[in-house]
Amino acid sequence: MELLCPAGNLAALKTAFNAGADAVYLGLKDDTNARSFAGLNFSPKKLQQAISIAKQMGKQIFLTINTFPKPTEEHRWYQAVDMAADLGADALIVADLSLLDYAHSKHPQLPLHLSVQASATNLGALTLYKEEFNIERAVLPRVLSMKQVRDLANISPVDLEVFAFGSLCIMAEGRCHLSSYVTGQSPNTGGSCSPAQHVRWEEKGDKQSTLLNNVLIDSSSKDEQMGYPVVCKGRYQTEEQEDPEFILESPTSLNTLSLLPELGKAGIASLKIEGRQRSPAYVEQVTRVWRNAIDTYMASPESYQCRNEWNAALAKVSEGQTTTLGAYERSWQ
Amino acid sequence: MKISLGPLLYFWPKEKVFEFYQKVAQSSIPVVYLGEAVCTRRRQLKFKDYLELATMLKQAGKEVIISTLALLETPSEFTELKRQIETCGFEIEANDLAGVHVAKEAHIPFTCGTSINNYNLASLMKMHQWGMKRFVVPVELSKDWLSKVIVSNGGTLPFEVEVFGHGHVPLAHSARCFTARHKGIAKDNCETVCIKYPKGLLTQTQEEQPLLRLNGIQTQAAACTDLSDDIEDMKAMGITHFRISPSSMRSIELAERLIKGEAIEKPLNPCNGYWKGEAGMELA
Repeated sequence: MELLCPAGNLAALKTAFNAGADAVYLGLKDDTNARSFAGLNFSPKKLQQAISIAKQMGKQIFLTINTFPKPTEEHRWYQAVDMAADLGADALIVADLSLLDYAHSKHPQLPLHLSVQASATNLGALTLYKEEFNIERAVLPRVLSMKQVRDLANISPVDLEVFAFGSLCIMAEGRCHLSSYVTGQSPNTGGSCSPAQHVRWEEKGDKQSTLLNNVLIDSSSKDEQMGYPVVCKGRYQTEEQEDPEFILESPTSLNTLSLLPELGKAGIASLKIEGRQRSPAYVEQVTRVWRNAIDTYMASPESYQCRNEWNAALAKVSEGQTTTLGAYERSWQ
Repeated sequence: MKISLGPLLYFWPKEKVFEFYQKVAQSSIPVVYLGEAVCTRRRQLKFKDYLELATMLKQAGKEVIISTLALLETPSEFTELKRQIETCGFEIEANDLAGVHVAKEAHIPFTCGTSINNYNLASLMKMHQWGMKRFVVPVELSKDWLSKVIVSNGGTLPFEVEVFGHGHVPLAHSARCFTARHKGIAKDNCETVCIKYPKGLLTQTQEEQPLLRLNGIQTQAAACTDLSDDIEDMKAMGITHFRISPSSMRSIELAERLIKGEAIEKPLNPCNGYWKGEAGMELA
């Protein structure tokens, strides 16, 4: 099982490799990827350095080009594909049909991974992508239970990658418009969910609030820790209930350490750590724990047990300092 | 431009659904989509019931399209989808690439629904090559975005274009059933409690600003999209279909008025932000 870690810059990339990542995924410094934040990501020159570091260390680099090319600007996405091929990236992570088509026909030797933003959850979709574009791998959206992951892995025509740890998207990725509904910008179009320029933190009296484009996402007393304001993790009322609650989900992170044996038995090819926008310190902490856990599991699959100290270390870098199994666990659904 | 009636996204009792489509049959609405596109736990109508309604609508002179599931989670859901598409005898609306795959293999013309990410001309042309005859523009795209797609092909497209013109746009799908969660019950034992919310469950901020509608595993906009003032513009752009997403019996009257070229009553909480290139919830 591959351990695939995020990197928002060269420091995080080196940290990830040193802490035991087998491969790192990263994006360019523009809106060709769904984590387009200021100060984050790689220029062409830095990408070249990243690939060279990876090759020296015997590791891999996957370039994420997972937004949807904008009409009249498509060439920027095609150029990114060509650049990745020229520089020797080990794979591309792509969601858009036309981009898959372009990469497959122009650079057939370059492995294609279907991005989670393509939202492929089933045999039909995976077969189509395999037959048409020869994808090698697909990243599964965080909408399947462990049993459903296992069932799909049994029949999938391609390798599967799953999210193992990090911020939890609770919607089928690539098809969630909650961010653009409130801010006008979405991962698909602008390259980010809940972009920072729309975020406001406010304090009034003994209350604190978070707002997204002036829409109140959460409000609480000052002693409570509040999450980054994303629409799916807000505290709202309903027509039936005045007391505000986390109607969709509370601030929390995904942590599947306890599922490692099941993911291993299902034949999952890669475990993905979320968080290209996070610090090198986060990348180091999470990568170390997961390297340790995977090695422990591989050394003796039958006797693997998730250790408390691993979970404690991960909880410290988790949203709201809590973790969940998310959709993998049926009762969460 | 034709007015179309999108699939009923809410869960209504069987009798009400039959009554609704019988009224649709008597109306002048030319294009009707129907079928369960949200959740397979909703079993008031079996697939054969939808086919019975589809046949009745076809006999009434409608163009009928069977809408299919947006989020597939189990192998059996895919097997069932495949069987439905291959045997239904109607054109389909694919709301997932699974539907595209099956329709393509079976050479059945299909419409791409809003939940399929068609953001540029090259992707659309690929879909067209696979059998797409019409596409419904993804809800978050603007008039300008669509114009650029059309212009980049010389001003016309070789397939039809439908815009989600009226109703509560679907914003997201999840594994989690938010309606069941709100009622404190497990999804596996949900008793399809969403039947109690024929227009979804309104969710608002702590300042009582309407934000979302919970419709089972689907999350919709609380505001109602109304692009009826833009119909002339859309015709000029070459848009072929204007979709009304039904939320009550009144949706039929609304469609009739638009077909006659009459103005319609504005929704209580209207929005058109996406079409105008702004945040979706805005009214520009």
